[in-house]
Amino acid sequence: MDFSILTNYFDLYLRGFWGTLLSSVLALIGSFVIGTVIAVFRITTIKALRWFGTGYVEFIRNIPLLLVVCIFYYGPSAIGFTLDGFKAGTIGLAVYTSAFIAEAIRAGIMAVPKGQMEASRSSGLSYVQAMVHIILPQAIKLVIPPLGNQFINLIKNSSVLTLVAGFDLMYFADSISTETYRTFDTYIFVAVFYLVLTVPLSYGVRVWERRLQSKY
Amino acid sequence: MDFAGAFSPANLVFLMDGLYITLIVAFVSIILSFIIGVVVGVIRYAEVPVLSPVMFFLVELIRNLPLLLIIFFVRFALPEIGIKLGLITAAIAALTVFEAAMIAEIVRGGLAAVDKGQIEAARSSGLSSFQTLWHIVLPQGLRHMVPPLVSQFISLLKDTSLATIVALPELMHNAKIVMGQKESYTIPILLMVALMYFVVNYLLSLVSRRLEHKTV
Repeated sequence: MDFSILTNYFDLYLRGFWGTLLSSVLALIGSFVIGTVIAVFRITTIKALRWFGTGYVEFIRNIPLLLVVCIFYYGPSAIGFTLDGFKAGTIGLAVYTSAFIAEAIRAGIMAVPKGQMEASRSSGLSYVQAMVHIILPQAIKLVIPPLGNQFINLIKNSSVLTLVAGFDLMYFADSISTETYRTFDTYIFVAVFYLVLTVPLSYGVRVWERRLQSKY
Repeated sequence: MDFAGAFSPANLVFLMDGLYITLIVAFVSIILSFIIGVVVGVIRYAEVPVLSPVMFFLVELIRNLPLLLIIFFVRFALPEIGIKLGLITAAIAALTVFEAAMIAEIVRGGLAAVDKGQIEAARSSGLSSFQTLWHIVLPQGLRHMVPPLVSQFISLLKDTSLATIVALPELMHNAKIVMGQKESYTIPILLMVALMYFVVNYLLSLVSRRLEHKTV
């Protein structure tokens, strides 16, 4: 094990680490917003919205993440404007993950007892008000563990940015290994950087899940 | 957008070649990772001294790393320590290792969900602990596992696209080559590839829904 690779190229590793983290956090925020909207679409009484929500989730969940990223990377340049690898990759990640988050949020909303909606509607709240003030705050507690899992997936999945030159950890690792000619050692350190992010998160999710289980 | 040019017979055949590799690699990896995943999952469930903690460590390690990193590592880093695998073998090995860790967790969770009373009853009626596992716990646990297993298989099929990083000639890889011919091919090819993945994965999810109805 050659630790001089880690010390000599630490700034490159760190740049990649921030790229991965930034892309994952932005994609998490984006996918949470899109996912919430789609989840609400899927349970409204308006047929067209429900149909759209279902179509969106089914389509995205059945195609690979890399394809979604390629759509945002190659697609725009074919019609005249370009997105760089980081932007295209992050948008692709957000869109892909939003389908899974939508399903998690929908399951959370369904788990809130029906009486809650009926009670808030009878006390004069509109559907949207009831959703925002009554249902979603209760659903969110149940949704946190699956959201945490999706965030872990996001961090791991953000590695596809390297395939569109997205300045993430894997991307910088490639330039390090072409300089050092030591692929094995270089990528062991890459793995450590990923684990630094994912292991504490996995642990946190597990603790939260256990707490939920002991409550019910 | 040049649909006629993009969908020329030669291009379509080339894409089908890619789909063929995708399906073969996915099929072999599904079989292997299922076998390994069940064995590891049962070991984790059975709490064998030494072996179970080691498996726990390995499963957690692999689950917290990006698959893209594992594929790249198996193909390009392992040769440095003397493990040389061919292109397709490396892709299958990496996919199998990663998905087996995922499946092991599904299996362990499914087994843990079986009612404790079932085990106590089986043991008191004279079955050995192995017989209890084989005849009582596994058949009931499998029922809980079918939906998450199938979605894991769908993930695996989508994840084969990541093997494009080691230039495995699968669907995404071939699609990129065709898109490289002409800019006007980009959108038609992206649509066609999305359709191909969607059809295969949607069929898989339909099978899963069938199985769910049958087993529950």
